Amino acid sequence: MNETFTQTDLKSEIIQAFRQFKFPTSQVSRNEAISHFEKLAFPGNKNEEYRFTPITRSLEKNFSSADFATTRPSFLTQTDDYRIPGYECNFIVFVNGAYNKELSVIISPDDQLVIKPLLTAIVEDSGIINRYFTKLVDSSTDAFAALNTAFWQSGIFIHIPKNIHLEKPVFILHLHDATLKTVVSQTRVLAVVGDNSEVTVVEKFNTSGSHPVFNSVVEEIVVQENAALHYHKIQNDAGHFFQVTHTRIHQSSGSRVNTFTVMLDGQLVRNNLSITIDGERCESHFYGLYLLHKNTLGDNHTVVDHTKPNSFSNELYKGIMDGQSRGVFNGKIYVRPQAQKTNAFQSNRNILLSDTSTINTKPQLEIWADDVKCSHGCTTGQLDEEALFYLQSRGISKHRARALLLYAFAGEILGAIQDQAVKNYFDTLVSERLQKNI
Amino acid sequence: MLTIKNLQAKVEDKQILNGITLAVNAGEVHAIMGPNGSGKSTLASVLAGREDFEVTGGEIDFLGKDLLRLEPEDRAREGIFMAFQYPVEIPGVSTVNFMKTAINQVRQYRGLPLLDAVSFLNLMKEKMKLMEIDQSLLNRSLNQGFSGGEKKRNEIFQMAMMEPKLAILDETDSGLDIDALRVVANGVNTLRSKNNAMIVVTHYQRLLDYVVPDFVHVLYKGKIVKSGGKELAYELEAKGYDWIKTDVAVV
Repeated sequence: MNETFTQTDLKSEIIQAFRQFKFPTSQVSRNEAISHFEKLAFPGNKNEEYRFTPITRSLEKNFSSADFATTRPSFLTQTDDYRIPGYECNFIVFVNGAYNKELSVIISPDDQLVIKPLLTAIVEDSGIINRYFTKLVDSSTDAFAALNTAFWQSGIFIHIPKNIHLEKPVFILHLHDATLKTVVSQTRVLAVVGDNSEVTVVEKFNTSGSHPVFNSVVEEIVVQENAALHYHKIQNDAGHFFQVTHTRIHQSSGSRVNTFTVMLDGQLVRNNLSITIDGERCESHFYGLYLLHKNTLGDNHTVVDHTKPNSFSNELYKGIMDGQSRGVFNGKIYVRPQAQKTNAFQSNRNILLSDTSTINTKPQLEIWADDVKCSHGCTTGQLDEEALFYLQSRGISKHRARALLLYAFAGEILGAIQDQAVKNYFDTLVSERLQKNI
Repeated sequence: MLTIKNLQAKVEDKQILNGITLAVNAGEVHAIMGPNGSGKSTLASVLAGREDFEVTGGEIDFLGKDLLRLEPEDRAREGIFMAFQYPVEIPGVSTVNFMKTAINQVRQYRGLPLLDAVSFLNLMKEKMKLMEIDQSLLNRSLNQGFSGGEKKRNEIFQMAMMEPKLAILDETDSGLDIDALRVVANGVNTLRSKNNAMIVVTHYQRLLDYVVPDFVHVLYKGKIVKSGGKELAYELEAKGYDWIKTDVAVV
């Protein structure tokens, strides 16, 4: 049986399951999405965007169409194990891809923070929903985005009205219960940050149980004029965790966006972070840190699209690969013809700790404006031997010296986090992983 | 304290040390001088334990231990300190953090109680004052953005913190102006005692005016070709290294 045959099987089975399903809303966008999926199919190994990331093979091996068509029930009742200790926040919980109101706890007043199921928002906030929902992410170019738009069942709508500096952060915990069976989930989020508002968002992923999980996330985030978004994602789910995320951000004039993507564990994790800087005087920073070990494949694909003049973006992704892990980085920057005086910078730095780990990195800059300042750089290397020796010459063991240097390398990313609690939490995880204190 | 017998070493297939024999006792300061390429830095590197250098013959005994069998960190823990000629910059690692880790690892090795934060800070302040180092420099990344003089002073500051039994100063005076030289030399002299020893590797005699050696050895083509007291340094200053080369050729 050749590969194409099995792939078509899973694909057509999924499409069949779709046609048999009774969705409560959004049939038009779903139908459109499924036909995109049919045309695209799961990415094969000739697909440039997934060239180094064999997600399709993993899906065929571990999941069936039945997994795609069902929302697995869960009997998880406690979330304490998965919270950030002592973090005072608005706590939103998803279980197996579905928003779980009972486990969630909102502490900000509802004139400052609106959290409601997407199904409810589609009815109650049709204006804002019609403007943005399924409009940011493009289902015609990516099979997973298409599948998510076709199959999502219980997503959420987050709205920070204008002129609100939201004091308490929004912490979204994505839990998967894979104790009894494999789980496939399609998580869907639409978030709108109103004019002049500011919010901190933290996302975390955890699985209970050892069956394989495939989590597909699509987040459409609108950052309106002069608003600010501080977005943090921590992917530290060990075990059989496969994930593809699409985080699609749209920025209006004067807004600021800072994203931190920290990837520590998982079987195969692919992030698609795409920002359209559709305004002037925007300032955006995109940070990524991936510390990969064992057999983890961690893939960060980013797109920064400057469509208007006078904005600034800076991207810094750093990776440390150990064991047989594989890192992938692809950073696209587009500067459109009218986006004069754009400043766009990108840097990807990697350290390979073992002979069996790999990194594939590719910057892609397409600049159509002629009065811009853009640069990119990527490096791959080992630890600085000279620095190692210097530390050893002062009595520091080689093991500890390595840890110190690796921590210093990662520290540049952590140092940029402004939320102290999040910074400390990430710092603890990174220090542990790098054995800084052993 | 240190006994080197017929040490031979090469780097990248080039033989640099061709049989060095030297004995250093506690309380002594030995100056190693010589023209460029004579093997001065190689000798220092071999003592510190750099992997690039392959020892092809001879032995080194340090306080009864076979030095060549020890890893660089263990040599440091046994009491050897090397002040580098070109101290490396390490972004992201602060001098404070680095020193605390080093001192406590050495103390742990020697079975001593670890220094708590307060004791450590007091020790730091004392040594900073000695080396006229501004406190702000120590919270910055190690050596990053430091001038040549600041880097060298930082080396001696670290030496003061580590209190080694044997210090090897590798061309510590190179690139220093008079003021920096004064501070560095003063630091070195303050650390001198009858219980420790120093090997001062230098091309010029200038440092030796301040750090007065007990013995001066001249290295040429990987061998010690002449040894004497501090007067030898003045002789070299006056006559230059060609005198040694001619002297050796005649023998």
